[in-house]
Amino acid sequence: MLATIIRRLLQTGLVVLIMSALVFTALYMIGDPVLMMASPEATDLEREAIRRNLGLDRPLWEQYGIFLSKAAQLDFGNSFLTGESAMRLILERMPATLELATLAMFISMAVGIPLGIYAGLLPQSLLSRSIMSGSVLGFSLPNFWVGLMLIMLFAVMLGWLPAGGRGPVEDFGPIQLSLFNVEGLKNLILPALTIATAKCALIIRVTRAATRECLPQDYIKFARAKGLRERRVLGVHLLKNIMIPIVTIGGLEYGQVFAFAVVTETVFSWPGMGKLLIDSIVNLDRPVVVAYLMLTVVFLATLNLVVDIGYTLLDPRVRLGGAA
Amino acid sequence: MSRVVEPVAGATEAGASPRSPQAGRWRRFVAQFTSSKAAVAGLVVLLLSIAAAVFAPWIAPQNPFDLATLDIMDAKLPPGSTNYDGSLTYWLGTDGQARDVLSAILYGLRISLFVGFVSVLAAFAIGTAVGLVAAYFGGRIDALLMRIVDMQLSFPSILVALVLLAMLGKGIDKVIIALVVVQWAYFARAARAAAIVERNKEYVEAARCMALSWHRILWRHVLPNCIPPLMVIATIDLAHAIALEATLSFLGVGVPVTEPSLGMLISNGFEFLLSGTYWICFFPGIALAIVVVAINLVGDHLRDILNPRNEV
Amino acid sequence: MDTRNDAPDGDLLLDIQDLKTWFYTREGVVKAVDGVSLRLRRGEILGLVGESGSGKSVTGFSIMGLVGERGKVRAGRMMFDGHDLLKISAEQMRRLRGDRLAMIFQDPMMTLNPTLRIDTQMIEAVRAHGKVSRRAARERSLDVLRMVGIPAPEARLKVYPHHLSGGMRQRIAIAIALLNAPRLIIADEPTTALDVTIQGQILYEVQKLCREMGTALIWITHDLALVSGLADRMAVMYAGRIVESAPTDILVEHPHHPYTHGLMASIPSLGTRGQPLFQIPGSTPSLLHLPAGCAFRSRCYRADAQCGHEPELRRTGPGHMASCWHGGEPS
Repeated sequence: MLATIIRRLLQTGLVVLIMSALVFTALYMIGDPVLMMASPEATDLEREAIRRNLGLDRPLWEQYGIFLSKAAQLDFGNSFLTGESAMRLILERMPATLELATLAMFISMAVGIPLGIYAGLLPQSLLSRSIMSGSVLGFSLPNFWVGLMLIMLFAVMLGWLPAGGRGPVEDFGPIQLSLFNVEGLKNLILPALTIATAKCALIIRVTRAATRECLPQDYIKFARAKGLRERRVLGVHLLKNIMIPIVTIGGLEYGQVFAFAVVTETVFSWPGMGKLLIDSIVNLDRPVVVAYLMLTVVFLATLNLVVDIGYTLLDPRVRLGGAA
Repeated sequence: MSRVVEPVAGATEAGASPRSPQAGRWRRFVAQFTSSKAAVAGLVVLLLSIAAAVFAPWIAPQNPFDLATLDIMDAKLPPGSTNYDGSLTYWLGTDGQARDVLSAILYGLRISLFVGFVSVLAAFAIGTAVGLVAAYFGGRIDALLMRIVDMQLSFPSILVALVLLAMLGKGIDKVIIALVVVQWAYFARAARAAAIVERNKEYVEAARCMALSWHRILWRHVLPNCIPPLMVIATIDLAHAIALEATLSFLGVGVPVTEPSLGMLISNGFEFLLSGTYWICFFPGIALAIVVVAINLVGDHLRDILNPRNEV
Repeated sequence: MDTRNDAPDGDLLLDIQDLKTWFYTREGVVKAVDGVSLRLRRGEILGLVGESGSGKSVTGFSIMGLVGERGKVRAGRMMFDGHDLLKISAEQMRRLRGDRLAMIFQDPMMTLNPTLRIDTQMIEAVRAHGKVSRRAARERSLDVLRMVGIPAPEARLKVYPHHLSGGMRQRIAIAIALLNAPRLIIADEPTTALDVTIQGQILYEVQKLCREMGTALIWITHDLALVSGLADRMAVMYAGRIVESAPTDILVEHPHHPYTHGLMASIPSLGTRGQPLFQIPGSTPSLLHLPAGCAFRSRCYRADAQCGHEPELRRTGPGHMASCWHGGEPS
């Protein structure tokens, strides 16, 4: 078991390394930041000085080597724009994205799983068919459009909720969250719903498919033959089996939500990592972009690993390296 | 337990000729497709949208990019208003530059659909080729190619597109390239899966024994059978591509201002949303939503029909 | 169609008359069970024999009330242990299942929930039918595990189903069936998926337990030879109907229905060594399009024009019923 975990860790590390090389190479080709930083009247000599200062005159592979060694210490250089440490900038904004993503996934699961089970139990009922049609709408509609519509409805027309920005935050140790106060929630709810729409649709589909697959199995029939209450048949026998694909996919989607928050944060002016990324791309603030991408790569790779391990914990049939 | 037996020989299609299994399959496909009213509605909407886009220059009340026809006094007029001499009705209102929103939508539809179709076609071609090659040769080539595909697929498409566009700059061709890079992996994986199923079938063995060249086997024999699942992916991917392009344009990194797609129109209208001039952003948004949902309905139903598990 | 036997009615545990279970599918009506009557006394063992598609499993499910949405169960009469199964509520049926009336399924691989431990799956079966503490339920589980001959039952309780072999899993399924001392066990091909050696063991153990506890048993199988060593009475099913039924020794010595003749003849034995095995020609008809008249007609070596009319189940000897115009000893 241990050997397998180590092997997976090494694989993950390799993936991160390769991605870092790709990211670095790609970003290297984006514009010339020196032109942006220096004033238009700067002489070539001055530009050269800046270039040398930032280490941009060294050969590519050497820059990469320096990049890697610094990256290992989580030093991605300073923002071209503000001069602050790139990594610090991102970490400052992470809790905002974190609470948004977490609330969105929570809503998706809380709503999606029961609806999906219902749709799987009674596929022909009117409600089930409405749920399935609704789910098509849910994942077809572009994310930003849903956000816009929500703003139009709840902020402009009804005036119930704010159209953007983050609410008041509270300190929770090193990080600040707006999740746990009412004002903060008012700001959180629309962007979270925007993300949740698509994810909820996905969870409904996965849950329904898993339910449809598990229901005809012999062990469900046997559970009924034992005279168990239907509540237990569905709530224990069925649920434990469908949770496996749901948690697996839900876990992976969490990573996607983190990344796609870029769009939602732009629509709602949410001060998270995503908004920072867009601004940095537009402003050619390379260190921040690199730091963001590397953080995402590591995060996703770790998430994949965690989901894999979680899968083996959930499904007793699959134990890493264990005998059947 | 309950045996359902097909009607036995004798009940064939009228005019049993060697072509009729194909004709029968097509007829059955059409019947299955039309069984879903939603999918048919989606297809109709899609075809209408394509027609509207193709014929936009003729049916649009105004050419919104011909600056000479714009009258700045007509900016931000609500839907239903007319211009000063009543010759032109702005059915959906005008935007900040006095462009007729309806016309802008029709022209924007062109760009959106064009980008969507071209990128899907290219991704289809590239991805399928890669997938087929991987499946046919197997072994190391297969493992390597699929590793690349997996890595690509695990990374959120929006980030890949953003980085690419940051590198490549603005322009419709750059957007198409970015979309192709994001999408080809889906096709590769599906093509490979379908091809592997085919590879193990006997007729491929037979063709190999006859020493047919490998690309002939792939092209003439394996590919036609891989088409159904790929069609499903292509349809759903078309919707994704259009939505992704809209998202990228909305974020400001997609198509240039001179050739606005629906996403760009929505982006332009966003700033006016909060002040009450909703139509600049709302109607292009509705148009986008309708097109994307329509394509998804078609693709969803196609998936139900062409899913191998449903085939008897 | 009455399978009359010579016991007084008061001793009857199960009394089913004219059971029809039809499935309504898009292609038409599948008459899986089409007029089956069964009577069972307390402690009696009945062997229900038939090919796949004969409706034998569906008969079992119909009695248990586990037929599923597409199927409709109708009968003239369906009495079990004094309860009228046609009239009781779903909740009352649930209480009977697993308590008075138990079932063992065919495939031990999928009968037990792979994500739950064995003890969970046994304890819940006890606690569903009475206010029993977890400890007491666990004790009872250990008792039945010992009864079915499972060594080291404490260890077995803690594992997951995939840790156990097929034979062991089936034994546990049997143990679960016995947990609440049911009056009737319906065993649907319980040994078909197991090794031949295990088959014999399980057969023996089940028989012993039923005799000891006075439990009635319906053993559903396609293997006539197997069940003849176990059952008091046998009933042969074909295309949704019972075509012959008799006490075991009588059926084996003097089969009256041509289908039974065929079944007996296809059993390989020392006597048939070196000769080609007998096979009943043709195959079972589609239950969607049953031919008119006797369902066995197309495969019967005695069929003639009269068989175009459906034969009735008639008495052909003491406790012996057969439905054939040309019934009698094999020729």
